[in-house]
Amino acid sequence: MAKLVAVTIVVIAILSAIPIITHKWPGDISVGLPQDISTHGELIDEQYADTMLEAGISFLISQFLLAYFIWRFSQPKPGDKIRSFPGGATGLVVAAFLLVGTEVLALGVFGAKAWGSIYFTPPAANAMPVQVQAGQFAFYFRYPGPDGRFGPLHPNLISEANANFFGLDTTNDQDSKDDIVTAEMAIPVNREIHLLMHSKDLGHAFFVPELRIHQDFVPGLDLSVHFTATKIGKYEIVCTQLCGLGHFNMKAYLEVMSQQDFDNWLKQQAALQ
Amino acid sequence: MATTVHEPPSIDLERLRDSSGNGGWRNLVPAGGDPRKVKYHSPPPASTGIWVGLAGITMTFAAFTSALVVRQGASYTDWRHITLPPVLYLDTLIIVASSVTLEIARRRVAAFMGGVMHRAAVPARWLYLTFFLGLLFIAGQTYAWLQLRSQGIKLSTNISYSFFYVLTVIHALHLLGGIGGMARVISKFNHLSLKRSTLDATSRYWHFMGVLWIYLFWLLWTRL
Amino acid sequence: MHDMSHAVHHGEPTSFIRKHVFSLDHKVIGKQYYGMALIAVFIAMVLSWIMRLHLGWSNLAIPGLHLLSKNGAPGDVPTPEYYLQLMTMHGTIMVFFVLTTAPFTAFGNYFLPIQTGAEDMPFPHFNMMSFWVTFSGFIVLISSFFVSDGPTLGGWTQYAPLSAAGAVTGPGQGWGVVLWAISIGLFCVGQLFGSLNFITTTLDMRCKGMSLMRLPLSAWAWFLTSVMGLGAFAVLMPAVILLILDHLAGTSFFVASNLVINDQVLPHSGGSTLLWQHLFWFFGHPEVYIALVPGMGITSHVLITNMRRPMLSHRVLIYSMGALVVLSYMVYGHHMFVAGMNPISSLAFSFPTLIITIPSTIIVLIWLGSLYGSKLRINSASLFALGFISMFISGGVSGFFLAQPSIDIMLHATYFVVGHFHLVMAVAAMFGIFAGTYFWFPKMFGRMMNEPLGKIHFWCSFVGAYCIFMPFHYLGIAGNIRRYQAMVDDYLVPLIPVHKFITIAALFTGAAQLIFLYNLIYSRFKGPKAPNDNPWEGTSLEWSTATPPPHNNWGDKMPVVYHDPYQYSVEGAKQDFIMQASPEPVHSADEEK
Repeated sequence: MAKLVAVTIVVIAILSAIPIITHKWPGDISVGLPQDISTHGELIDEQYADTMLEAGISFLISQFLLAYFIWRFSQPKPGDKIRSFPGGATGLVVAAFLLVGTEVLALGVFGAKAWGSIYFTPPAANAMPVQVQAGQFAFYFRYPGPDGRFGPLHPNLISEANANFFGLDTTNDQDSKDDIVTAEMAIPVNREIHLLMHSKDLGHAFFVPELRIHQDFVPGLDLSVHFTATKIGKYEIVCTQLCGLGHFNMKAYLEVMSQQDFDNWLKQQAALQ
Repeated sequence: MATTVHEPPSIDLERLRDSSGNGGWRNLVPAGGDPRKVKYHSPPPASTGIWVGLAGITMTFAAFTSALVVRQGASYTDWRHITLPPVLYLDTLIIVASSVTLEIARRRVAAFMGGVMHRAAVPARWLYLTFFLGLLFIAGQTYAWLQLRSQGIKLSTNISYSFFYVLTVIHALHLLGGIGGMARVISKFNHLSLKRSTLDATSRYWHFMGVLWIYLFWLLWTRL
Repeated sequence: MHDMSHAVHHGEPTSFIRKHVFSLDHKVIGKQYYGMALIAVFIAMVLSWIMRLHLGWSNLAIPGLHLLSKNGAPGDVPTPEYYLQLMTMHGTIMVFFVLTTAPFTAFGNYFLPIQTGAEDMPFPHFNMMSFWVTFSGFIVLISSFFVSDGPTLGGWTQYAPLSAAGAVTGPGQGWGVVLWAISIGLFCVGQLFGSLNFITTTLDMRCKGMSLMRLPLSAWAWFLTSVMGLGAFAVLMPAVILLILDHLAGTSFFVASNLVINDQVLPHSGGSTLLWQHLFWFFGHPEVYIALVPGMGITSHVLITNMRRPMLSHRVLIYSMGALVVLSYMVYGHHMFVAGMNPISSLAFSFPTLIITIPSTIIVLIWLGSLYGSKLRINSASLFALGFISMFISGGVSGFFLAQPSIDIMLHATYFVVGHFHLVMAVAAMFGIFAGTYFWFPKMFGRMMNEPLGKIHFWCSFVGAYCIFMPFHYLGIAGNIRRYQAMVDDYLVPLIPVHKFITIAALFTGAAQLIFLYNLIYSRFKGPKAPNDNPWEGTSLEWSTATPPPHNNWGDKMPVVYHDPYQYSVEGAKQDFIMQASPEPVHSADEEK
């Protein structure tokens, strides 16, 4: 029985590791990190890979040791005596501090660098501003138009029926007149975007796995993130903060385009307003 | 592998039978030590229990405090600072006075139990006084709530009033617990079954409620 | 308010109600807690079955589901909101009414006073109240299934303003949330009184000779857990009070200004969303350890008895568990890395979170190092204890990822998180409960549980739990968001076969738990009588007393403790062990220097 337990633990540990190493689940389903289309994502991916290496090794060694000790010590012969682990508790405590301590310290320091590269750098002055509003259960985007300025928001004017999703007053506010509101986000490739985020109603989140950007919307707070997409294509923006019954279906598309395609797209959208 | 031998101590079983819980907090035996050195009487659990309880209450009010600080910082625009009803100043005096009368009562009870005083009525009078000052404090708080309500101020009127109602009501509920405890002390005293530990625990709770009130009064009065 | 009557003075009750219902006896209260947790865990398991079936086959009709809720499951297919409601109830029931009550208050109530050598808890009336208040909280929670909109859908974390803005935010967000909050408030009150008793029992009620360091590891774990509980539940209670007021009194603690739902501006102003998260996670992170640490204690206790040796170091294990208690209060912000907190705070919370791996590693290494050179006995209890270690390692290593804000960008709110906490606090804690049940059942009921059935239960649970929760990690890495009732995003659709695999594994593993239920009930009434008071040849005080223990635990002879708790494989002793209450001299082995 004990030997079977030991073998099972080893088999489970190895089987658990295979999809992590191959990034594949039976049936050719990809279960690795999605591709990275951002300029800052490399640091995150490196940090993830380093952590996976250290965590994976810790996982396999501990499970194998557990299995081996169960195998080895479960059928004592009558004359067997209790033996102490070489080095005793002191040795293990020292090992834990030295090995795991330095490991987590290193992870912490390098991880802080990756985090800082995203959050402690201000957006460039020429970054393109885009506003995103989250509400049950859709994202809406706003571009400032030719004047480069966003008009003010009037929550009491928000009306789904009149398609005034942001609550803009286009008759009185000069800045609002040329604002472009869309249900889909398009951005030019290789251009820094300064995304201004606010929520219309509840907590939501903005997550584009390929873009390595993940930020909650906090009602009552205006937050912003900035990023640069490096690869043309169509990606999904999903909500990750439980926001009600339509949460699973709350998404929008992010299209990364060439600058020229983007200019055309923006013109088309402006004509639709 | 060093081999040390602990000789079994001889235990006086007669003395053991009527005692329990002798390994208490202030009564540690070193591992491998001699159980004969353990003191005969353990501290009554009430005296430890009351500190544990007060620690929990402290955490609760610390959480309320941090909520108040965060909430006040979150919005400069919608915070209309409360003007405390004047009766609360009187209430503060009452609760301080009740702590004083309780301390007098405690000393008299000690003297009474020690046989210095013979007339039970004297300490009982101070216990009753404390009890009624507690009730008077609750009455004063109720007056303050009614007064605010007559001015049309409800929980939802402004967030500073929300905090006022929440903190004062929850403090009052805790104090009602203390008043219940005081009633129990008086009843036990009258039946001559009051234990010192019960009185001490109850008075610690009572004093704590007083200190807590003064803190809350300051917290509500000041603009952080 | 505080009942100071001394425990030892309550006599043995005679009426049925005072004996079995409103009992002051810690052993009866412990069994009541266990019974409540048993009902709760099977309800929660059925909920998880419905969720899993729906995730694998989102149009599948689940026969009879409309009986539970006509609106929630028209044609027996759960609606999106009903899925979320079931999910919220699964999480709430499990975290509060199973993982906190079973390993901590159930076993702790029964065995903490016995292991400390006390006759009862010091405040038995509070203890009785603790159970009945908790139980009424459970009833209130279950009752929310039957209010018009059904239970709340906000998840067990109840993030504001979804939870606080009222019925406009979705089905179940009116009365459902209020009932949820009342239930949790009652639960907090119950647990605070429980913690008060646990702490005081450990500090003041120990028998002669029982120093703190002579307490068994399980008693230490319950003591440390109650210290955590005292701080954590005392903070959650104010939070739910404020949440209830946002609903019923129209206050604005958690709801910000100018929120618009259905084109209507909500009447609230200025509330703070992050305030709820701070209060909740200040409770929420210690709560993880409240579920886990008793399992560590039970596992250590069971393992030592079956290894026939003490741990490499009794003290180091205790200090490490103590470090978990302290650190558990300093790391809660790692739940909020991308929640809009100051990015510097994220880093500040990241380091203590990483540091918490050190005491956790020490605990695992001490377990492994103690297995080395032991004389391991294999039985249902020790199998589950070994399973606990394996699960704790598996669930623990994923903590490396989630402790780092930069990686959390990819993994936050994905199935990776769900896999992590299920392994480390749910499966591990359940394994602790199972180990404790198989181990202590003979003492509690005087009968043995069926060993072959116990082993089958172990195999199904061990393999099954890995089949369920390991794939969660792969899903999370691929970006699968949690709390989705169906995978409709283009990049999630290809992952559905993985969900189907998990569902099948979950149905299988859940069904295996019925073996346990059968074993439990059958053995309670028909199991073979325990051969003696000490069937596992243990040393701690619970094995010194009669089976089941008498009303005051000890009869007319109070125990006296002469030794450290785990004197196994003692050279020159009559048997291979010396009980704590035995005056036999110890030629001390190598455990404490």
